[in-house]
Amino acid sequence: MKMAVQENNKRGSRNRGLSGLAWLSLALLISWLILPLIPLALWSVSRSWFFPDILPSSYSLRAWNYVFSTTSEVLPALGQTALIALGATCISVVIGIPAGRALGLYQFRGKAIIEILILAPMIVPGIAVALGLHVVFLKLGLAGSAIGVMIVHLIPTLPYMALVMSGVFSNYDPDAEAQARSLGAGPFQTFYYVTLPAILPGLLIGSLFTFLVSWSQYILTLLIGGGRVVTLPLLLFNFASAGRNDITGAISMIYILPGVLLLLVAARHLTGRNSNLEGMHRI
Amino acid sequence: MFERWKIPLMLSPALLIVCGLFIGGLALGLVGSFGYMPLIGQDNINLDAYHKILSSERFFLSFLLTFHIAFTSTVIASLLALGAALILRKSFLGRSVINFLFQINLTVPHLVGAVGILYLFSQSGVFARLAYDFSLISKPSEFPAMIFDPLAIGIIMQYVWKEVPFIGLILLANMQTIGRDYEAVAQSLGASRWQSFRHVLLPLLMPGLLTAGMIVFAFTFGAYEIPALLGQSYPATLPVLAYQSFTDVDLNARPEALAMAMIIALLSAVMIYGYTRFTRRYIRK
Repeated sequence: MKMAVQENNKRGSRNRGLSGLAWLSLALLISWLILPLIPLALWSVSRSWFFPDILPSSYSLRAWNYVFSTTSEVLPALGQTALIALGATCISVVIGIPAGRALGLYQFRGKAIIEILILAPMIVPGIAVALGLHVVFLKLGLAGSAIGVMIVHLIPTLPYMALVMSGVFSNYDPDAEAQARSLGAGPFQTFYYVTLPAILPGLLIGSLFTFLVSWSQYILTLLIGGGRVVTLPLLLFNFASAGRNDITGAISMIYILPGVLLLLVAARHLTGRNSNLEGMHRI
Repeated sequence: MFERWKIPLMLSPALLIVCGLFIGGLALGLVGSFGYMPLIGQDNINLDAYHKILSSERFFLSFLLTFHIAFTSTVIASLLALGAALILRKSFLGRSVINFLFQINLTVPHLVGAVGILYLFSQSGVFARLAYDFSLISKPSEFPAMIFDPLAIGIIMQYVWKEVPFIGLILLANMQTIGRDYEAVAQSLGASRWQSFRHVLLPLLMPGLLTAGMIVFAFTFGAYEIPALLGQSYPATLPVLAYQSFTDVDLNARPEALAMAMIIALLSAVMIYGYTRFTRRYIRK
């Protein structure tokens, strides 16, 4: 019976393929998903593109020259965004590894509550939290500083990292550590030579996605940075609402680059077997 | 001795930050929404802010609009994602390429998608130009307003654009775990393809679909930058209204902003409750 079912399965998936209707809807869906990115790319290289032209009437690299010129705010904003994301990721890694280990390896009383505590910051919108925090950050002198923005970015990044690491550690066997310890390795040696190599792939991918979570924050940066910490999304928003479509297009292309590159490397890690996917809505 | 404290020690840095920043931010917001803000010299506790916003038409319209956006985009995105996942789980030529394209906007920030939608659907956008070239309209203003419009069509399109791959991949992962055996059994017992989908696969997928939908609903209800870029100014969505009140020169508007933040938080708390309920039930199975 089971054999027959499996046989049936195989035949079904091999021969059925896709019907014409399925191909059509798939093609429509994929075009819809790609479509919004196309005018952005075109605007970034257009010189003039007036109504009702479907394509720009002339092209130039003006916007790109502006973006990479030393007088524009784009390069400093790029550096600022990357540094904040890097800092938030590093802190999340250092704090998220032990937390993920505790959640992934052990059963203990109160675990369910702690899991909800870790999950909640990923679901509650940033604005609901940051409006209340603002006054404290102001008092501590952190409002308007890159450090303050980096700290507030921990609200989405740290829980994300802890969740990913908890997934990594739930597939991890700690027995090798005990063996290393019994052979005389210290705790740091054990971590460096035994634990780290085992969790490294999951850790790297998780860190890259954590970087992206910080990289795409808007309202947390706007509220705590108070307009003085200018990251790429803030700049993008300003150019978009000012109607500078060519520069907006060029900034967009730079802004999506890390994410698209990461997807090329790590698309296969976005599966149900780990927790990378669940936090993706914060990007 | 160490063993006993190992787990609390490993968890404490993370819990310290989550409690300090997240719980702290919510608690301060709650206290501030009661009008208690000693740092700016207000220390009486009252419910004035809630009375004021709950009786104002501006808040009411804003809440309705925000709910409409979140609900409509979540439902449309879930349905499209379900359809996409049903197609994408089959094996066909070029599946890996299609899969990659399906995922591509997962890492594209919401704001970039919003700008893309703006350039596609504004009254001087690509589709207005196409309509003009096909003589459907004779000037840009005749193109139906989908940006800064009362129904928030542009905002909804942006969310659908962004969330279909997210929900779709969660569903695909669930389908992989469930496998095809249950459906095969149903079909071998005489169920039609529709019946085996409706009565076997769909109930198995429901927890995953609902949890993904709740994540998306909470996000779309509280997102700021997309309605700020694509939305009309009156009524604005709740997060935009909260931000405006918060940055108002009149400091008396702050408790109102915080009260709105609390309402957003409350709604996402309901979503988290549902989320944990469904994931638990799912895991137990």
